[in-house]
Amino acid sequence: MSEERGIPEGAGQRTHPLGLIVRAIEDMRQAILPIVAAFFGSRAFVDRGPALVVGAAVVIIAFNVGTAWLGWIRREYFVGAEDIRLESGIFSREARSVPFERIQDVSLEEKFLPRLLGLATVRFETGAGGKDEMALSYVTLQEGARLRELVRARRDEGALPNADPEGDPTGNMAQSADAVERPAAQDRLLFSMGPLRLLTLGVFEFSLIAFALLFGLAQQLEFMLPFDLWEPDNWRGLAENQQEMLSGWGPFAQVLLVALALGSLSLAGFATGIIRIFARDWGFRLDRTAKGFRRRRGLLTRTDVVMPIHRVQAVQIRTGMIRRLFGWYSLRFVSLAQDTRSASHDVAPLARLAELDPIIREAGQTPPSDALKWHFPSPKHWIMRGSLLMVPILALAIGAWLEFDLWLGAAIGLIGSGLNLIGNAIAWRRTRWACDDRQIYLREGLLTPELSIAARIKLQSAEITQGPFGRMLNYADLHFGLAGGKMSIHGIDRRSAMALRGAVMESAAKVGFSDLPH
Amino acid sequence: MDQDGGTAAAAPAIAEPALTRLDPNYIWILRAHSLVVLVPLLAGAVFLGETLEALRWLPLLLVLIVGAIVLWRVPLRRFSHRGYNMGADRLRIVKGFLFYSDTVVPFGRVQHIDLTRGPLERFLGLATLILHTAGTHNASITLPGLAQEDAEAMRETIRQHIKREMM
Repeated sequence: MSEERGIPEGAGQRTHPLGLIVRAIEDMRQAILPIVAAFFGSRAFVDRGPALVVGAAVVIIAFNVGTAWLGWIRREYFVGAEDIRLESGIFSREARSVPFERIQDVSLEEKFLPRLLGLATVRFETGAGGKDEMALSYVTLQEGARLRELVRARRDEGALPNADPEGDPTGNMAQSADAVERPAAQDRLLFSMGPLRLLTLGVFEFSLIAFALLFGLAQQLEFMLPFDLWEPDNWRGLAENQQEMLSGWGPFAQVLLVALALGSLSLAGFATGIIRIFARDWGFRLDRTAKGFRRRRGLLTRTDVVMPIHRVQAVQIRTGMIRRLFGWYSLRFVSLAQDTRSASHDVAPLARLAELDPIIREAGQTPPSDALKWHFPSPKHWIMRGSLLMVPILALAIGAWLEFDLWLGAAIGLIGSGLNLIGNAIAWRRTRWACDDRQIYLREGLLTPELSIAARIKLQSAEITQGPFGRMLNYADLHFGLAGGKMSIHGIDRRSAMALRGAVMESAAKVGFSDLPH
Repeated sequence: MDQDGGTAAAAPAIAEPALTRLDPNYIWILRAHSLVVLVPLLAGAVFLGETLEALRWLPLLLVLIVGAIVLWRVPLRRFSHRGYNMGADRLRIVKGFLFYSDTVVPFGRVQHIDLTRGPLERFLGLATLILHTAGTHNASITLPGLAQEDAEAMRETIRQHIKREMM
């Protein structure tokens, strides 16, 4: 029986040979730092003359190319009638089979280097979580597109009883290959971002991370610097020199200098954000294809993700503290598949609410209508939270009073309690939920209110929890299990929680998991 | 506050069916859990008695009295706060008093079912039923303290429910 799962003799395909070059270069890039470190580490090695250094480098490069080549020779994939199989490994072999049924989506990723050669990585997402996904690197773009269409076609016909497992695989493939061009004609643009929109998003993504990186780099490479970074005397000397100069310049120049420093700092922050966004979201384009959504983005690394509509478990409308004031929102799909480390798919990073509505509708969900009746939870949960937060605030205030003086303590106490009060009051007022025949809506968040919408039938489980305070004051949390996410309504009273759960579970139980809309 | 309006209250599902108790033997497992908590306390008491001559047997006595309550009474209370209800199409699991939790899983959302039996559970003729869902929250829901036959019967029921849906 084990033969059945293996790759039939001679039927396997190898990835594209040009991928070898990319692989070798990538391996090299990883190896280069240790090599350099080794050379620097042993002076004796370098002293023996450049011939030895060059020789060692050649050996290392040859070794890298050799392993890349062996790995390539020993890696074969095969598209069967029911699954896609991959066998790899130079010495220890690994055979993996992923049934079409289980593939959540197929994504194409073109990193910078492979992209120059027209190659891409094909990733088959099953929802098993990052590491264990099946990925083919590198194949040509056409091959990637072909595999994607093939998976889609096979998955749709896979359940048919007359699918002949003994059938000629190549014949089947040719038939499905015709399908490659067909749906492309039906693609419909849902959302895209021009340079101006990207610039706006970049400005909102203001980040000082570049400074953190520089700082970290300085720490790593300090041995290369001509002076000791951590010796305060050096800095003191520098500051004293400058100070003499500065005091000569007068107060106006000092103010100017501070302004200049702040200006360059914020400039760097904006630049970081803009560069990051341009690299990630350049040419952002979301299409509605025959079966689902297709998202393409990226400047250097270009990704191309296709997600079937029925895999969308919930949608989330998010925003930021400042972009909210300008009416900008973002939209994400919650699904089991992974999207570069985060569980949700960004489908519209920066958009007006009016632009989001059609996308939400395409995903089979309905945006909240004006007629929707919102429910506000009872404030008890937030009152309790605020009261508990008072403990550390008061402790800090008393500590400051005893250590320093009464005024500092009073200031900390007053400001702390004020913020606490306002924060929890706003958080409470911003939390609301609603439920109609099909969906459940939840809006929450203090500074960045976030709206989640999930279809009732897609909820996996429901849990009501109460802590000691909840029991005392009669409020509860209601958590819904969602494939790829979670939806929690805090602080509703236990009776409403029971009623809401009863209603939602009633609609969920009616539809079996396998009958969920496909 | 308008918690009384809308769909939530309109649904008549508010009357949840009565809970089924777990197997009484499960109390012994809860007692075993309490015992684990008690051991470090006991060690602490012995140590305290050794170091402080004046107290000598007092800490140990205290721990033994508290221990007897923890071992005898607390598991009874914890047991009485646990329960489940096997509905026609869903399983409800309730536990805890101070930290109350009440979970419902429709059978139609169960991905696979585990039945586990530890050494103590086997000795007492018990089993733990674990339902796995596709949800990220509550990915697996555990119901310990079932008599083995009950657990097996429940597994069969849920399994058949899933099978029927697959058709």
